[in-house]
Parts: sequence; structure tokens; C-alpha cells
Amino acid sequence: MLEDGKFGKYGGIFVPELIIPALEELEEAFYKYKDDPEFNKELKFYLKEFAGRPTNLYFAENLSKKFGCKVYLKREDMLHTGAHKINNTLGQGLLAKYMGKTRLIAETGAGQHGIATAVVGALFSLPSEIYMGSEDVERQKMNVFRMELSGGKVIPVETGSKTLKDAINEAFRDWITNVEDTHYLIGSTMGPHPYPTMVKHFQSVIGEEARRQIMEKEGKLPDAVIACVGGGSNAMGIFSGFAADDEVELIGVEGGGDGTETPRTGATLCKGTEGILHGSLSFVLQNEDGQINEAHSVSAGLDYPGVGPEHAHFKVTGRANYVAVTDKEALRGFELLSKYEGIIPALESSHAVGYAEKYAAMEENKGKTIIINLSGRGDKDMFIVAKEMGVEV
Amino acid sequence: MNPNNQKTMTYNEVFDELKNKKEGAFIPFVVAGDPDFETSIEIVKKFVESGADALEIGFPFSDPVADGPSVQTADIRALDSGMTTEKCFKFIERIREFTQIPIGLLVYYNLIYKKGIETFYKRASEAGVTGILAADLPIEEAGPAVEMADKYGVNQIFMVAQTTRNERIDEIAKHASGFLYVVAVMGVTGARSDIETSTVDLITRVKDRTDLPIAVGFGISKPEHVKDVIKSGSNGAIVASAIINIITANLDNKDNTLEEIGNFCSELKQSTKI
Repeated sequence: MLEDGKFGKYGGIFVPELIIPALEELEEAFYKYKDDPEFNKELKFYLKEFAGRPTNLYFAENLSKKFGCKVYLKREDMLHTGAHKINNTLGQGLLAKYMGKTRLIAETGAGQHGIATAVVGALFSLPSEIYMGSEDVERQKMNVFRMELSGGKVIPVETGSKTLKDAINEAFRDWITNVEDTHYLIGSTMGPHPYPTMVKHFQSVIGEEARRQIMEKEGKLPDAVIACVGGGSNAMGIFSGFAADDEVELIGVEGGGDGTETPRTGATLCKGTEGILHGSLSFVLQNEDGQINEAHSVSAGLDYPGVGPEHAHFKVTGRANYVAVTDKEALRGFELLSKYEGIIPALESSHAVGYAEKYAAMEENKGKTIIINLSGRGDKDMFIVAKEMGVEV
Repeated sequence: MNPNNQKTMTYNEVFDELKNKKEGAFIPFVVAGDPDFETSIEIVKKFVESGADALEIGFPFSDPVADGPSVQTADIRALDSGMTTEKCFKFIERIREFTQIPIGLLVYYNLIYKKGIETFYKRASEAGVTGILAADLPIEEAGPAVEMADKYGVNQIFMVAQTTRNERIDEIAKHASGFLYVVAVMGVTGARSDIETSTVDLITRVKDRTDLPIAVGFGISKPEHVKDVIKSGSNGAIVASAIINIITANLDNKDNTLEEIGNFCSELKQSTKI
């Protein structure tokens, strides 16, 4: 490998030997094309014409009045397929094409990354197979159908907790077996090097735009940037635009589930300990022997016992703060944004909204300017939210 | 603690002795605690009675990415039966009460990392472990583990695969001791029908580049496979999933499990004689 892929002590390349040559090939291709004018011209074209970039930085006037803060929403929910995931799948899909790979595989939790992979597969004529925990298949039926419509083959995973972590295990096993013709399109800033760096690169467009837009609108940087963290790609995407601006507070919001004091939580950075899962050293929800615990969150996208290694680095260096909000608080965020702004957020993004309310309520934060990364829209979550609210649809 | 305080055999001693007899090493695998602690001890006794030359013992892990369905199932059974890392070391100590052949561990690195790398290697050494292979620990990340392996007199074992370039084989051989684990197939562990010609090519390629003994694993599930890889120059053959499949098929009948494993392993050992 050209680099060790470390963020401080975190990250690295903890994978079976069989995958190493594929990672070497991928790393080489990524460093070759990431600054290549042709590649970037093509990627930019698809980001604009296919995905719908740039996304707006929307001043949420009603919510601002309610919160007593200036609240801006980075509208990743307006992208094609309904979430920020498309930024990364376009980047990696195009890279796979440049590398001559003929097949895409991916894992998915909520289904957003699976859909973003399937449509990019359709766009670039690459067949895609999507691994999805059978429990997630059950709670995200609509997304399964959407993947299949775009030509993606959904493979339900019956092992372990039958959620995202097990889907990742299966995708790795597939890659180990089919490493020569297949690109494993990891959906978040996690996994072995070069994935955390590469996914951040393809998601950094969020932060670049947001920084430029807030300077245009406010003439100054925001006081805080708030984003939800599962694996951490939307958060790292927007954080990257402000990481060098020490005065901007970066806040990652994890899926607290029933609460971090209970075993039913997905708050890896708040509650986890250092460990190695899916190729990198980071924080992990695990027992004292290092066996991985099952995560829990009402949102399938935050239901993951690991987290991207750069977030671990940001946590221990204090560059970002990580907090958790419970399922209940996230649902309140969901309702608030829907009711006050007419914008229905994904359950993942609802965690960021839920925390923003708590943040704004703190005396020292009155009147501050905050950006919430609205990473996805809530269409996929209608049935879950209705059920939680006791409404029949 | 290694209960008999007898000197355990090294990989070199075993491989050298077998070479003189024109035999390969038969190395069966079981997950510690699969399906339960006592039964898996009896399974290991069967291995030894059937002529095993060394043992591979898996420590169960919740997320074994390099393993196929057979080993995953075994891992889950072992964890469900209450296995912990400390119980796994007790398992090794029990084995040392009846055999001094080399014992290799197959683990995932998080089990080592979480215990503390030094603590894990020290405990492994005390229990009588000969070598440790962490399935998800490539040479890039192996520095701290190799250091502790050296300090506590344990061999650090690494994998070599068909995708591994020649220069990288050289690099791996520099870090490795005991033997090189040659991965027979492109893929995860699991029983397969045939040995591919590419496996034979890989054995030749590795043999040309290192003096370390080699043992071939992944997909070795029949006496013919064992014969083929030994004939091709491998010093040993590791059989895992095919044995686990016997356990899985006889969960309600322990006597059957032991009898079938005994017969199967005797046959496999016979096939190492060329």
C-alpha cells in the first residue's frame, strides 16, 4: 500500500490477505484519478446533471424562530435517490468503470446506499448486488423494491443480527471470492484504507458547497455544524469543509436507541471502546472479550456497532463532539421539521434535528448560526414513523 | 498453565520428522467450544487418536469475515455455549493434558487487541499455544503482534493467497515463523469439490521463494485433496469446514459425531502418506 490509512492511531488495513491486492489496486486507482481532470470533469457532470448538485443551503425561518437560533439546512435530501449517498456511489461507480471492473457489490442498512448503488449501476451499465440484513429487508420493503427496479439484486443476509454489520460481513466474503472483476462499493467512511479517505473525498463536496454558501449568505462561518453519524459519511462530508476552521463547532449525533445507558443503542462513539471491526481500528460496541454487540436504533442507517476511524480521531483530539439522541428525540426532530418547515427528513437526519433543538435550548447557544446537514429525506421511513406514532397508513 | 510441563513439539520438529517418513502433516481444525466445551475436547482427542500431526483451534468470533457458513455456524454455537477468550485458553490447557503436538490458534485480531496484545500472547504461551494466526491481520499491521510473539516464544503465522504477488510473499515470509498458511482457493473457508490447478501453482510458487514449511487450507475437504496438496509439495493440509459439517449434521448425536470424525480423520491422515 502507498499509505497506512491512519487518522492518528485509528484506521489502517485489518483485512484477510486475500483482499490486500484489491485494496492496493483500488488505492492506486483512487490516487491516480482523484486529481485527474478527465475523471473530475465526468464526475462533476454526473453530480450536476444526474444527482442534482449543488444542493441548497436553506434558511429555515420558522424553525429558527422556534429555536432562537439561525438554522440553515444543507439540503442533501433533495438529491436524486433522496440522500447524500449518491455523491459517493457516483464517485466510486465511475472509478470502478475507469478500473475496468464489471460488477458492483454493496452493503446497505436503510437501503439508501443500496439504491444509490443500484442506480449508478444502471447508469454505468454495471450489474449490482446489494447485501442487506434480512431484518432491514423487512423494515425497508419499499427500498428493496426500488433497488430491484433499478436492476439491483438484493441479497437478504440471515446471519448474526441480520442488520448492516452482517450485510458488510457478507459483502466482504463476496469480495474475497470475486476480487478480480468486482468493486466493493462501501457506503460510508469506514472499512479498510483507502475507503475512509476515498468516501470522505467523494462526500467532501457537501462541506465545500456549504462553506461557500454560508459565506455568501451570512458573510461569516457558522458557529456549529450538526450531522448524524452512523458510519459517518454525511458528517465527514460536511465536517471536511470546516475542519480547518477551529472556531466552528462540529457536532456528530449518534443513534441513541432506547438511551446510551441501555443495551439497546447505536451510539458507538459515546458508548463504545477501541476495537477492530470491518477493516479498521476505531470505536466499537463490544463486550470485554471483543465480541461485537448488536446495535439498536429506530433508524436503520444508524444501527451499526462501528464508526468511521476519522470520527474516532476527531473524538479523541476534541475536534468534534459526539452526542447521542434517543429514538424518541429523533422522532420529535422528525415531527418538528415536517410541521414547521414542510420538510420531511429521513430518520437518520432527524437525529441531527432532534439534537439541534437541545443545542439551541442551551443558554450559551442563543442566537447562534447553525447548519444541520439534512442528509436524506423521510419518504422511506413513512411506515416506521406511522407505526411509532400509532397511525394506520 | 501447561499442565504436564512436558516440552511441546515445534512445527519444525513435526515437519522434519514427517519429511523423513515421506508424509505430510494432517492438521484438523475445530472451534473451541463447538458444540460445547466437553464435546469439542472429545473431538480433539479423536483428532489425536486418528493421527493428527498438529491442531488448529479456532477462537469463536461474532463477525468472522474470512469464514464461510460452516465456520460461522460453529462460531455462533461456541459463543452460545458460553465460550469466552479465557475459556478458550482453558480449552488449550485441557488439550495439553493429552498431547504435545503443535497447537495453532485461528483468531480475529479484535480478540487479541481487546485483551491487550501482550496479555493475549503471554496467556497463549502459558497455555501451551505453538502458533497464532489472526485472519484479519496483514503484515502492514502486524508489528506489535510479531513483537509479542517473539517475546513469548509463539510463532506468528500468516496467510498467502493466489492473489499474493511474489515480492509480497517474500515480505510475508520475513515476518512469519512456524509455517505459511497457503489459502487454496479464492474465497472464504468452506468445503469444495475439487482442488484447482491454480492451488498447485501457488504451492510451487511459495516453495520456490521460502524455506518455511507450508500448510494448505480453505476448501480441503476430501482425502484426495489432502493427497493432491501433499504431492504438490505442501508440508501439511488443514481441514476445517468438512469436519464442522459433521458436527453440524449430528448435533443430537454425540457418539455419531465422534465416530464419524474419527473415521474421516483416519482416512485423511492415511492420505498424507505418499
